[in-house]
Amino acid sequence: MSVVPVSYYLVLSAILFGLGVVAFVFKRNIITIFMAIELMLNAVNLAFVAFARAWNQLDGLVFVFFVIVVAAAEAAVGLAIVITIYQNRRSLNIERVDLLKF
Amino acid sequence: MSLPFILFFIFAFVSVGGALLLILAREPIHSALSLILVMMSLAVLYLMLGAEFIAAVQIIVYAGAIMVLFVFVIMLLNAGTEERTDFSKIAKYAGLPLGIFLLLELAHWMAHSLIGKTPANGAGSANVMVSTRDLSMQLFQKYLFPFEATSILILIAILGALVLAKRDE
Repeated sequence: MSVVPVSYYLVLSAILFGLGVVAFVFKRNIITIFMAIELMLNAVNLAFVAFARAWNQLDGLVFVFFVIVVAAAEAAVGLAIVITIYQNRRSLNIERVDLLKF
Repeated sequence: MSLPFILFFIFAFVSVGGALLLILAREPIHSALSLILVMMSLAVLYLMLGAEFIAAVQIIVYAGAIMVLFVFVIMLLNAGTEERTDFSKIAKYAGLPLGIFLLLELAHWMAHSLIGKTPANGAGSANVMVSTRDLSMQLFQKYLFPFEATSILILIAILGALVLAKRDE
């Protein structure tokens, strides 16, 4: 039984990361932009697991573990910031948050 | 086409379709649900790569905890349809082509990199699962200090979230 080559997983990871970048740039809702970040982290995780498989090294899996932990912490703090922005601006549109915009 | 290829392509298409739905959906709740779809299919791909612990963590922590947090905030803030605002001209005419270019270039170089030319199926050890025991040995011996540091990181994140979400007196 043949096995799917690791490069297939890497291409899928690249495609997902690219879609995450596109979503990050094009979406206007702050929550959806956060989801785009999570999508990019997931794509990177897939690349980590694929490389760990290719080289038979466990370190890649440990790094995926840490990435997931950091993503959880980031989601908690980020969503708290989103709630604060909503309380101040009454809007989730990123265009309304332009205090630092030149 | 053997079974692993068929499974890979099914779940690869499901994950890419979920990512496209995330971009195209107008309402944040639809984006969140399609992101859960992406995470579930990635968990299946992790299983196919022999990382069963990571697959379980992916479902429990990502699709479970983190996405529940997202959905909860969406419901809490009553986030309806996303309003459309005018893109800047640069984003409109340069953003999409450059995004597609980045995607193609990443895919090209990953497919043709060194790893793409190696036998690439884990040196023929496709059936040797990376056991959770080995992973935990690695985690609690070699990476013990980073592991403890992440617990402090999570503690700080909890405190930060509490301070930020607290209503002003």
